[in-house]
Amino acid sequence: MNRIEMLFEKIKNKGEKALITFITAGDPDLDTTERLVYAMEEAGADIIELGVPFSDPVAEGPIIQAASGRGLQSGTKLSDIFMLVARLRCRTQMPLLLMMYLNSIFRFGPEKFFEECSKNGIDGVIVPDMPFEEKDEIAVFAEKYNVLLIDLVAPTSKKRIKMIASQSRGFLYCVSSLGVTGQRSSFSTDFKCFFEEIDRHSNVPTAIGFGISTAEQVKELRGYATALIVGSAIVKIVEAYGKDSVMEVKRFVRELKAALNEK
Amino acid sequence: MGKKGRFEEFGGQYVPETLMNALCELECAYEECKGDETFQAELRALYQNYAGRPSLLYYAEKLTTLCGGAKIYLKREDLNHTGSHKINNVLGQALLAKKMGKKRLIAETGAGQHGVATATAAALFGFECEIFMGIEDMERQALNVYRMELLGAKVTGVASGTGTLKDAVNEAFRQWVASVEDTYYLLGSVMGPHPYPTIVRDFQKIIGEETKSRHYELEGKLPDCIIACVGGGSNAMGIFYDFISEKNVRLVGAEAAGKGVDTELHAATITKGTPGIFHGMKSYFLQDEQGQIMPVYSLSAGLDYPGIGPEHAALYSTARAEYLPVTDEEAVCAFEVLSKTEGIIPAIESAHALSAAFKIAGEMSANQSIVVCLSGRGDKDVYQIARYRGVNLHE
Repeated sequence: MNRIEMLFEKIKNKGEKALITFITAGDPDLDTTERLVYAMEEAGADIIELGVPFSDPVAEGPIIQAASGRGLQSGTKLSDIFMLVARLRCRTQMPLLLMMYLNSIFRFGPEKFFEECSKNGIDGVIVPDMPFEEKDEIAVFAEKYNVLLIDLVAPTSKKRIKMIASQSRGFLYCVSSLGVTGQRSSFSTDFKCFFEEIDRHSNVPTAIGFGISTAEQVKELRGYATALIVGSAIVKIVEAYGKDSVMEVKRFVRELKAALNEK
Repeated sequence: MGKKGRFEEFGGQYVPETLMNALCELECAYEECKGDETFQAELRALYQNYAGRPSLLYYAEKLTTLCGGAKIYLKREDLNHTGSHKINNVLGQALLAKKMGKKRLIAETGAGQHGVATATAAALFGFECEIFMGIEDMERQALNVYRMELLGAKVTGVASGTGTLKDAVNEAFRQWVASVEDTYYLLGSVMGPHPYPTIVRDFQKIIGEETKSRHYELEGKLPDCIIACVGGGSNAMGIFYDFISEKNVRLVGAEAAGKGVDTELHAATITKGTPGIFHGMKSYFLQDEQGQIMPVYSLSAGLDYPGIGPEHAALYSTARAEYLPVTDEEAVCAFEVLSKTEGIIPAIESAHALSAAFKIAGEMSANQSIVVCLSGRGDKDVYQIARYRGVNLHE
């Protein structure tokens, strides 16, 4: 069993919800990224997504775009990120994911990429510009090296939900609303309808992401899914405090986690 | 084409899940309109009565004498309404958007030609319209920015990245993801995710069809060579398409070599690029070994793009078409030569194709012919060419 599957098994048995947090690797440098991972784990994050910097992150809003730029600025390469993951694995067994654009995998070489994921301890990969139909060319390697490719569904997926949700592994990433990543003051999605359809077809736990930035929103949405994903709001703290962001991020993640499992 | 939306291994649909249903709807709507005689008749009428088609196939006799060699014909897409081939695709897609019941058009633009054409169609059909344009390009093509605003469009500057066409496409995609339910993304070239490369090519293929039949009338045979400039590649795909099966017709794309392909300042995607996946498609891209898309450069804002349409990638990989780099300097020379010999000021983009034609014509014999796609007119470029030549123009 993959670490992601084990985590969700544990969460289920305890009757709790999981918190997934996102930061961009190498923002502002890999040393800070390493400290942030430990701090977020201590603060209660259950799964961490590391963004791989890309020159043209088309699915991201301004906050993560800027983080991606800072990651590139610090010279962060995919091979450096794998080395970071290997270091992280000496101290933590929490599930780690990479969030990245397909071209980075394609250029690295799909088989070599998943082999490195498996060797260094990456449990899953989220590729925002790879829809279900285009999975095949990398899915064979993901499977071979037991790395989970996380599928996404969006409010616009409609009839596609059945096709995607019924074949997903690990967890299903449910995009909260239309648009790119980034903070939203409110959601207009009909979550009840959206999740009725998802839950009818999904064999794996669900996670809601895109736009969740406050403890209040965590409380508003936690009833719909098994996990919530918070990215831009954390990245914004990293943007503001840079290398000194660890304590601030820790405090914020602790607040989110408390809101998630508050009775 | 094998798998859906593929040209050899190129093409595909590499977009966020949020857009997948919209692309499926677009594909269905397009397939329906493609076979619908009413739609096709409406489009033909627009081409004829609004855009001014068919465009002329002009024998450039003085230019031919100057180059010495093959006869040079110019396919005068510059004479279309709005001044370039872009109107062909825009009218087709705007009509499609209307049939789909969309309320709003968004588009990216580089030189501004596609933005102007889209704003024009939006005015004609009564759509709301927002154009995304890199801030660098807005400066280079200030006249076109004003032109779009005059036509009622909102022009949104894009400051991210290099502030050019690539970044305008990024932003248009982001906007589309946020507003996909009522908004139609009117992509301007034979690029992006399926079905765009096919739709845009189909709406541009009239260039090649007209060229073929008119050339027959004038010369009683097929041309020997077709030359067009290539950024994303829509005018080239448009004029090539009807000739792909005519194996004896040489197809040449002219790509922007900027300051030279051995410098870092160029946009020669085929000459210097490698296969990758970006902007929804698998194709050739200028990228580093990490797969980061590289900043590109060309004097021509319309060719300043780090990728190329997937059907061109396939034509290149199967050796059906060849792609030659043309520098800024060569293009500017061709721009001046055509202006002085024929009294036609070409777009700086089209001047890249002309420069390639000058070289190739000289290697051919007098009983052969070349057709150059004169994709646009050069009024928009006059100021920039003056600056390039060190001439200071005042208002």
